[in-house]
Amino acid sequence: MTSAVVTSTDRARGGITARGRRPRRLTAGRIGLYAFLASAALFFLLPAWIMLLTSLKPMEEIRQGTIFALPLAPTLEAWAAAWGSACTGLTCEGISVGFWNSVRILVPSVILSVLLGALNGYALSFWPVRGANVLFAILLAGAFVPYQVFLYPLVRMFSSVGIYNSLAGIVLVHVIFGMPIMTLLFRNFYASLPRELFNAARVDGGGFFTIFLRVMLPMSTPILVVAVILQVTGVWNDFILGLTFAGRENLPMTVQLNNIVNSTHGVRLYNVDMAATVLTGVVPLAIYFVTGRWFVRGIAAGAVKG
Amino acid sequence: MHTMLTKERERLPVRVDVATPAGSARRARRRIRPSTLFALAPMAVVVGVVYLGAMAWTVRLSTTSSKLLPTYDFVGLDQYERLFANARFLVSLQNMVVFGVLFIAACLVLGFLLAVLIDQRVKAEGLLRTIYLYPHALSFIVTGLAWQWFLNPELGLQRAVREAGFESFAFAWLADGETALYALVLAGVWQSSGLVMVILLAGLRGVDPDLWKAARVDGIPAWRYYLSIVLPLIGPMIVTATVLLAIAVVKLYDLVVAMTKGGPGIATEVPAKFVMDHLFERANVGLGTAAATVMLVTVLAVLTPWLYARYGSTSGRPA
Repeated sequence: MTSAVVTSTDRARGGITARGRRPRRLTAGRIGLYAFLASAALFFLLPAWIMLLTSLKPMEEIRQGTIFALPLAPTLEAWAAAWGSACTGLTCEGISVGFWNSVRILVPSVILSVLLGALNGYALSFWPVRGANVLFAILLAGAFVPYQVFLYPLVRMFSSVGIYNSLAGIVLVHVIFGMPIMTLLFRNFYASLPRELFNAARVDGGGFFTIFLRVMLPMSTPILVVAVILQVTGVWNDFILGLTFAGRENLPMTVQLNNIVNSTHGVRLYNVDMAATVLTGVVPLAIYFVTGRWFVRGIAAGAVKG
Repeated sequence: MHTMLTKERERLPVRVDVATPAGSARRARRRIRPSTLFALAPMAVVVGVVYLGAMAWTVRLSTTSSKLLPTYDFVGLDQYERLFANARFLVSLQNMVVFGVLFIAACLVLGFLLAVLIDQRVKAEGLLRTIYLYPHALSFIVTGLAWQWFLNPELGLQRAVREAGFESFAFAWLADGETALYALVLAGVWQSSGLVMVILLAGLRGVDPDLWKAARVDGIPAWRYYLSIVLPLIGPMIVTATVLLAIAVVKLYDLVVAMTKGGPGIATEVPAKFVMDHLFERANVGLGTAAATVMLVTVLAVLTPWLYARYGSTSGRPA
């Protein structure tokens, strides 16, 4: 620890991009600083660590009430049960059903909402239409309004055209509620591109869709990555929309998970519960750890969506 | 207001109405290409039908006596009177305020501390940031279930500490109606304070480093530097974080469902859950939509001043 601090101090002294306070030597304050950061890290890590430990223990060990202890006889039985045979209310086919449902909801929802967001952002940035910005402002403000305000009328509309409780219904709902943030992302991105680029394409005779598909979209990789990350985690983590619109056949993983844990009767299998919880959390976590900085950009922009 | 809403309702039955934006666009002086209109049509439909239409429909329903199915009579503010005489709704509102104040305060304080401390050229900054932010990648369902288990009175933290020899240790917030709400706050802070850290860290990195040197020269202590100089400079970031957290408070639903189901009793009920239960389980659409309207008004009350301050003066693009 001491040497570590000294190195960072040395670097700080020679550093150009000075930010924050410059540590000059290992002081009591410096030790306190690390103590605080370490205990904060502990606070953030502990629940996930406990969850993982519990999922690897047999029930006998769990009943002893030592959640911090490492498993004496680690087993993946709870994971197998959570995946394949845990009961979600009526059926006992495990969380895998929800996993595949979530995948089936995720793929079309993400593709459609990202493409639509890109198209909206492109049109708003380069093809001014009177009233379009007012529409966009309303759309953005709508992103802040709780879903509860829209849900009942949407259910009525969807059932009147026969897509309530269907895959098409839940995908459409994700496209609708993903639209504000997707449009915002692409609009800001295209607005930052040099205008000359668009003008040159126009001079060359490019039309609306030609320019979009052959000039703008190929340049949009960075923002496409951010948008996809944002939408994948958003759709995967959704609970309330899946619960309301997906229907019994298509319930996403979060809803199935909640059913497994919170509507079991009789003895609760905490190891199975925790294995199912870890399985549900693993997808967004993997995206988070793999994409790192991109993910941070995404949530900074997508914090709006909540 | 009412006539407007009635008109809105008549137009609603699903047939999509693109005529309005297209019509106004055609009146624009420049020639507008059909392809542009075609591209913007989905957005126009979503704004018109979903955001405005559904919102107006909900408000309209809150003035009816609808039970299981909607009826379109007009009972004035009867549902609101009923709502504000409903013990469960009043508890929900109170919980939202108490949760909101504690959650926002704790997230801001912890997020600010983490941002400032991590900005001190610490070792392993990247790793620490990753650790502080990862809960934000998890859904509130996963968060709620993890904490429900961690705080399990019989087999969780309390039992483990007692087994370790501290017999009188008591930490059973979830079992007690007086404290269950604080357990929700704890889980919420765990999930969200990393986000505050990220937002404020971006603000801190934008502060001119010369300010620190100047403060040093003047012999201003570090805590004073952060409190009196940095805090006002990153004020806008703090406001943004506060608004985001406040919106999350009004939307609070998943976490409650996963962690406490509103219990024990009705101790942790929240308005969002009140709406969902009355719309989809208790077959009381009138009361449910009235509560949804109250949520809408709450969000607008938080949002309008902020949007006005942030975007009102410059009609340019949002940052």
